[in-house]
This record gives sequence, structure tokens and C-alpha cells, in this order.
Amino acid sequence: MSTPKVHHHQYDVVIVGAGGAGMRAAIEAGPHAKTAVISKLFPTRSHTGAAQGGMAAALANVEEDNWEWHTFDTVKGGDYLVDQDAAEILAKESVEAVIDLENMGLPFNRTPDGKIDQRRFGGHTRDHGKAPVRRSCYAADRTGHMILQTLYQNCVKLGIEFYNEFYVLDLLMNTVDGVERPSAVVAYDLATGELHVFQGKSIVFATGGFGKIFKTTSNAHTLTGDGVGIIWRKGLPLEDMEFYQFHPTGLAGLGILLSEAARGEGGILRNASGERFMERYAPTIKDLAPRDMVARAMANEVREGRGAGPHKDYVLLDLTHLPPEVIDAKLPDITEFARTYLGVEPYTEPVPVFPTAHYAMGGIPTNVKAEVLRDNDTVVPGLYAAGECACVSVHGANRLGTNSLLDINVFGKRAGIFSVEYAKTADFVPVPEGAVDEVLSLLANVRNSKGTEKVAVLRKELQDTMDKNAQVYRTEESLDEALAKIVELRERYQHISIQDLGQRFNTDLLEAVELGFLLDLAEVLAYTAKERRESRGGHFREDYETRDDEKFMVHSMAYKTGDTIKLGWKPVTITNYPPMERKY
Amino acid sequence: MSAEATTPVIAEVPSFAVTLMVRRYNPEVDSEPKWQDYDLTMYGTDRVLDALHKIKWEVDGSLSFRRSCAHGVCGSDAMRINGRNRLACKTLIKDLDLSQPIYVEPIKGLEVEKDLIVDMNPFYQAYRDIKPFLIASDKPEKERIQSAADRERFDDTTKCILCAACTTSCPVFWTDGQYFGPAAIVNAHRFIFDSRDEAAEVRLDILNDKEGVWRCRTTFNCTEACPRGIQVTRAIAEVKQAVLRGRA
Repeated sequence: MSTPKVHHHQYDVVIVGAGGAGMRAAIEAGPHAKTAVISKLFPTRSHTGAAQGGMAAALANVEEDNWEWHTFDTVKGGDYLVDQDAAEILAKESVEAVIDLENMGLPFNRTPDGKIDQRRFGGHTRDHGKAPVRRSCYAADRTGHMILQTLYQNCVKLGIEFYNEFYVLDLLMNTVDGVERPSAVVAYDLATGELHVFQGKSIVFATGGFGKIFKTTSNAHTLTGDGVGIIWRKGLPLEDMEFYQFHPTGLAGLGILLSEAARGEGGILRNASGERFMERYAPTIKDLAPRDMVARAMANEVREGRGAGPHKDYVLLDLTHLPPEVIDAKLPDITEFARTYLGVEPYTEPVPVFPTAHYAMGGIPTNVKAEVLRDNDTVVPGLYAAGECACVSVHGANRLGTNSLLDINVFGKRAGIFSVEYAKTADFVPVPEGAVDEVLSLLANVRNSKGTEKVAVLRKELQDTMDKNAQVYRTEESLDEALAKIVELRERYQHISIQDLGQRFNTDLLEAVELGFLLDLAEVLAYTAKERRESRGGHFREDYETRDDEKFMVHSMAYKTGDTIKLGWKPVTITNYPPMERKY
Repeated sequence: MSAEATTPVIAEVPSFAVTLMVRRYNPEVDSEPKWQDYDLTMYGTDRVLDALHKIKWEVDGSLSFRRSCAHGVCGSDAMRINGRNRLACKTLIKDLDLSQPIYVEPIKGLEVEKDLIVDMNPFYQAYRDIKPFLIASDKPEKERIQSAADRERFDDTTKCILCAACTTSCPVFWTDGQYFGPAAIVNAHRFIFDSRDEAAEVRLDILNDKEGVWRCRTTFNCTEACPRGIQVTRAIAEVKQAVLRGRA
């Protein structure tokens, strides 16, 4: 195969990813610096658009609320692994973040007096856990869609430059004055197969999650963790990778998300006998307990034989007591999903649901300025990350619903502001010799490999083992099994072959590359999950059922060293809330 | 659950055989598009997207199509299925007529890049041309106040996911690629009828152009094609009314 053409670009700020965080950063950066956004999808295809229920902010539009309560809920919801300084910023800046969006045009639902309406969501409470509070600002059950559309609309307004269907496959680093700094990213243009080197003074990663390491997931096919994987391959650390959120209400068997807003509006989870089982697990806030607790309770009901359906393998989300007009006004999309995909009529029938892999709490470690860290304290000057790919950490061991749409807006904005500030004084870092060599060899390895293994088969085996061994319940044994399987799959990955050897829209080639990232990240997840011998938030070890603050009140920091994983630990920042037992 | 509500049993549809006829075209090697048939075994909750993935992952990796979320919200996989524009991820195979092959081809009126992938740029350009963003001169300190009724006025058109199913189902667009098309008008409607926006006149001027709303022949193809259930033809009619009489 001939060597692809290589194009070179220079921008002050290069943003990788055009979901909520990337575009929010672009809106800050664009007016002040020459900015490019590079995305593997057309921006409005990004998975922010699949978020449904809302965005948390203590506006107090419908009842008493304040940012301090929100901070506490976030810290407690995250099972005290949250960095409390970051959670304070998240909660304090939430009000401005929502107002920004409204001012940009976002059509929030309104109260009778025309203000932004708010509704209940899991784990968000009045006065430190006394009762659920209405904190989630929403636009029907398509809040993420409206955020994504509004941010893209404003990018169009500002004339932001996008490179769509460009897959960033490498980050180039170079050492200047003894400090390693980012110089450029290398992108593959899906339409032509050509390569583009984007040199940037600041580089922002806003590449989203990696739910496709699991089989049952609410995540898009494209969420393969390319950005997080690139950072990992550079030898930079990943933080808290063992903490992965399983959303309680995925459509049974399919994993398609049904918003927690269904429960926020009064929906109830029931087992086969019709029992409202959350009363046993979280007596005070019941169905509105945080996601990790609800997901585990559901899995436990099924495990103990109280599941519904012919195979007793799901539970039921009951909306039948809600007036149809409330369902139509506030939950139109998710009830349509139930009708379309399962043929269930939510007006009259409960909807079969089971937990679905949803959100990575961990990722690329950053400080509150969205600067990427190379160890516990040292920043990589000029490199930023925000959104699901990053770990600030505002979500700790379990993210609260509506805090992710908030996270992308607050920390996306910060990434934009601070990356511009940096770019104003920094010089370009020279692009190293052989800039595209690594990407060329990555692509050549896939193209030239003539083995008998199939990418889709390996990916499915990976997803199966992760669902079986690293989901809601984990043990040393199950994680060892996952790790052994990943080692096997890695070996077999060396012997794949693809069929499409062309240049145009070669998604066969890209899927093979994406599988490489999935294997890397699944291994880090399983490895860190094995090393965390306690249960906390979304990480539940049946062989270590309780939280162990003495040993594990720390973030994990995983580093790639050669072909092995080195694990370090990082202290949690505590300001006002000493760890307490987590009861709801 | 209420006493009457019964536990649903997800209907277990047994596996079934289906033939997919897919319009294939790779300009790198083919001189013209051709139909290719694939015999597949599929299951009850499978969608056309699952069938395409089955082909790509098990039969021919070079089959190319766009997809992402796989549940009808990202708008990547609009295609022509049995002659109708639909999202592949929202079309259950069992709901189609299985006595005949299922025909899958790219949406019409945009240049085919490869197999089911078309050049979406003219479509996005029409969207950008109608100024798809809120234009308001005030600088409020908090949120702008908008009544629930005013918010409801443009609710329907905020659902658009820019999949192009409507625009590429429109016979006028097929013969005149310069026509703004239903999706651009839907997105103009979203702002024209937003009480917070001040630039309705600007957008109405744009759409009063010869390639604007007056090209619509009210065939309702767009409304039938919309996977989000937007009343597209009605939105276009409201924009026509507004051009004539101002925003109501």
C-alpha cells in the first residue's frame, strides 16, 4: 500500500472530540484563539445527545436548595472518593452553567411563572439527605439532545472550525527545556484515508467514554475510548478506572437507556411479585437512591430468584400509575423506546429493565483547571481533558444522575478558558521527527495482518467476559478470569485480518484500531478493580463487601510501563465532609 | 403496579430467515452501483442495523454505513429501507414484510460516497444557511422568562436530529438540490417561533427565496419519513404563513 498523504495544520487550541465538553470548550476558546475541533463523528451525532433526564443546578426555582447541599450529595453519592474542592466548584458553577445554556437558546421546560423547571433525581436531596429535592433542570427527556444541539448551534454562530469524521489516533509529545509537553495530534480522515497533523499550543481531550468494553451498554458503537487509550499509551496515568457506573434502567436485553427521570417523575421499580423492593434497600429515598445502590439491588433481586419474565432475568419499571399526559409531556422519548424496541405500552404495562453499562467515573486525571496530570501533582503544561474521558474527580466512586451534563458544561468551559490562557503565552512545541510513524505502523499492522481472527469475534468475547466478570458484582476470581481472557484476546489480536483494504470510509480498518483501545482499557479496569480490595460506590467486591477507608480512601493511578501495569495511589481531597457511612 | 397492570412477557419471536438486498458502490473499484443479496438468520428484537452489522462483521467487512447510538437519537443511520426513508436502528426487521427481500439503499438526492454513506455536506450547509442559533440582543443576568405555552409553541421542531430522512424523501429536493429542504426549514421554525428570538424576519427573508419554502409541494413525504415524529409539513406550512403574515 502506498503511504497516505499527510497534511499539516497549526491552531492555538486543538480540541479532540465534539460532544458537550469539547464544544463547550470551543465556545470559550473560539472567540479568543485560533481553534479547531476534531471529531470522529459529525458533532450532533455525539453521545451527549443520548443523555435524557437533566442537568443538576441548585437554582432553587421550585423549592429551597443551595450549592452546599448539592456538594454534599455529590460527595456522599460518590461514596466519599470525590475530591471535595472539585465538587464545590461543580456545584457552585452549576447555576451559571445552566444560565449560560438558557441564554444560548436551550429550550428548558418551564415553571408556571416561566422560569426553568426542575425535577427530582437519584441521590439529590434537601438538607443533607432529608428528602429528595427538585434540582434537575431539563428539556423533556431529551436534555442531552438539547444541550448538544444548542452547543453546536452556538459553534455555528461563532464560526468554529470542525474536522468531522477525523479519528485522532496519536498524541505527539516533545520535550522543551526539560519538560515534556504536547505538540500535536495525528488524525485519520475517514473519507480519504489521509493523515492530518494538528499542531496546537494547547490540546484538549474531550473524547468521551468507553462503554463498548461491555456487552450490555447504553453507550454508542463509537464509544471505544480512543482518547483515553491514547493517553494511556503515552505512559500518562489513568485514575480510578475500576469505577464504572451501571445504570439501573436499561431496556432488558438491549441496554438502551431509560432515564432515571422516570423514577424522578414517580416511576417505581418492582420485582416479579410486584413488590416495591427498593423500600428494603433504601428506606428513606427508595427508588431515588443513587445508581450503584439501585443497580445492585436489582441484580440481587434477580439473583435471589425474584426477577420477572420467563427467565426471571429482569425487574419492572412501573409507570402505569402516572397520568398519560405526564408521561407524554415529560418522558416521551423513553416511553417510545419501550414501545419501539420491546413492544411494551408504558401507559398500561410495566417496562422490563436491567442494569446497563453507562458511565466511566475514572479516566484521564486532571486538576480543577482541567490540566492533565502526569502523576499525583505534576501537570503536563498545555494538555487538558474534560468530560467523561477525564477524572477531576467530581464523581468519585459513583456519579449522581444529572451531574455528567453538568460536568461537561462546567469543566468543558474551564478547559476552554484555561487552554486559551495557556495558548496566549506559550509557543508551539516542535513536532517531533517521524510525526506520523506510529500511526502508520498502527494502520499497517492491521492492514497487513493476515491471520484468521475476526475483529467482531474478539470484541464480542471481550464484551462477554467483561459483562460476566467485571459488572455489578466482582470477585478476585472473576477479575482474574477477565484478565486472563484479555491476555488471550491480546495475543489473538495479533492475528486478525480485515477485508476492506481501500482508502475511502474504511470503517473495517477503524473498528480494528478501536478494538485495540478497548482491550487496553478493559485490562486497566479489571486490573485496578482487582487491586481495590474493598467495596465502594460502583465497585462492589463480594469478597470484600465493605468500604475500607483505612486502606482505600485513595484514588488509583494506573500507569503503562512496557507491557505491564504499575499502580499508584493518590490522596482524596477532603474539605468539609469527613467520610461517613452511606445510608439513604 | 395497579391491579389491572399485568406483567408483560417480552414476545419471544423465534429466529427467522431474511434476505437483505443492499445497494453497494465503492467508487475506488466499481464503475456503477449494484445490488448485492445476503441471506441472514435474525431474531425478534433485531433491527435493520443489526442485520447490516451481521453482514459487516461476519460476511463482508467492507460494507460501509454510518451508525453510532443505535437507538434513534444520533441521526447517523438514515437510509432507504424498502423504498422508505428510515433509521436502520429504529426499524425492527420483524415488522417488515419478510416474504420478500428487504431492500436497503442510501438516501436519495445526495452523492453516494461509498455503499450507504452519502455526502451530507450540502444538507448541513442548508441547515447552517438559515442561521440555526438564537439571536437575541438582551443580556439577562438570569434565565430569560418564557411561558410554558410559548415554550410549547416550538417544542415539536426542537426534536430534530439532522438525520436527513425528511429532506432526502422530498421529490423537490431530488430534482433541485438547491432547495433548502424540510430539515433546514424545521430548524428555522424552531427559532422563528421561539419567543426569545429576535431574528425571525431575517430567517423568513431567507426562506422567501426562490429555493425556500415556496418550493414545498406539500407531498407529506417528509412527515412520513421523520423518525422523531415531527409534523414537518405542518412546520413548513406555519413558516409559509409567517412569511405572508408575520409570526403569529
